[in-house]
Amino acid sequence: MPHDHHHDGHEHTEPPSDIELRVKALESLLVEKGLVNPDTLNTIIETYEHKVGPRNGAHVVAKAWADPEFKQALMADATEAVASLGYCGRQGEHLKVVENTDDTHNLVVCTLCSCYPWTVLGLPPAWYKSAPYRSRAVSAPREVLGEFGTDLDGDKKIRVWDSTSEMRYLVLPQRPLGTEGWSEEDLQALVSRNSMIGVELARTPGQDTEALK
Amino acid sequence: MKGGHDLGGQSGMGPIDPEVESEEPVFHADWERRVFALTLATGMLGKWNIDEARHARERQDPLRYIENSYYENWLEGLEKLLLEKGLLKPDELAGRGISSNTDLAVQVPDPQLASKILAAGASSEREPRSEALFQVGERVLVRASEATGHTRAPSYFQGVRGIVSAVIGCHSFPDSSVDGVHEGAILYNVAFQGKDLWGPTSENAEVLVDLWEPYLTAGGN
Repeated sequence: MPHDHHHDGHEHTEPPSDIELRVKALESLLVEKGLVNPDTLNTIIETYEHKVGPRNGAHVVAKAWADPEFKQALMADATEAVASLGYCGRQGEHLKVVENTDDTHNLVVCTLCSCYPWTVLGLPPAWYKSAPYRSRAVSAPREVLGEFGTDLDGDKKIRVWDSTSEMRYLVLPQRPLGTEGWSEEDLQALVSRNSMIGVELARTPGQDTEALK
Repeated sequence: MKGGHDLGGQSGMGPIDPEVESEEPVFHADWERRVFALTLATGMLGKWNIDEARHARERQDPLRYIENSYYENWLEGLEKLLLEKGLLKPDELAGRGISSNTDLAVQVPDPQLASKILAAGASSEREPRSEALFQVGERVLVRASEATGHTRAPSYFQGVRGIVSAVIGCHSFPDSSVDGVHEGAILYNVAFQGKDLWGPTSENAEVLVDLWEPYLTAGGN
């Protein structure tokens, strides 16, 4: 799908040079005053651009699909179970996993800002932080799902989780049919970031998963 | 406050138009990367908490908040906090050089500790001072609010009844945390029916939200 920059709040992604200058000036000032160490900035960027991301969440989901004991622990105390895989820290201090079933589909939003489980999904995509998603996910979730190409059965119940507190919600998508006996590693490739926010379903065997790896 | 950030249920914001997942970069421009890192690094100075940071972004002309891109709002909030907490002076931010008399009573963490600080996070759990007033299954009503400060009670729930689905525990209460108060309040998860929020012709999906006890009152039967 081609990305149109005209009506989704991303029009500033090719910013006028004044914001680049404003940010550069602020950084220089903070470094010069000794309030910020450039090495700390590098560590922060390296962490969230390359280390913490949705592969963490895919690991959690695939393990929950493959290992019933882990799934039980995950549903009982997600923070603890996720930490046992080595994923913990900022914006993941209080995790809850909500499970999609034959009857119920879950969707996560933060209408007030951009709350998102960083430890398992990394930083949120631009659309998650945008006014169109934040405004309509709670009032017209089926319409929103349709915009992601996700059409659910009419009788399926939808639960929308509006993240107002420091609780962070992760969707456990349904395990696709035809994956019996698959290894955890192969299952991970079916778990998209979007399926863990709830705007899509997990990929099915045969769908192109190369892009996810 | 009902600011530009309180977007739940707002009409007319247009299509979502998501970028393809595998093609979307973490940051869309280098200045976004810098704003993100500067916000987290200055946050480590311990001069403000997460509610103060959110409130700094919310305290804007609502039209401007909506028009700004996400990281422009972060930059707005960051500059405001740096000025209000005395870490920068207006002249310095205006590019007129560094004031010699800046009083910097702050501890800048060793860069070696940055990864540990990020991995440690900060719990919002607090010592409860009283028993929870409401139980799972009980009907509650979200109070109308004229509060002008920071709150995490989205306006679309105010005056609407829901059912308590979980008593989460005692957590930092945003409305007072924004003033530096450390004490918490009991936090609940409450389930609302779409028809109660949006009317009988709505999709009628269930909406679940975390709300603190001071936002709630008994909802009758």
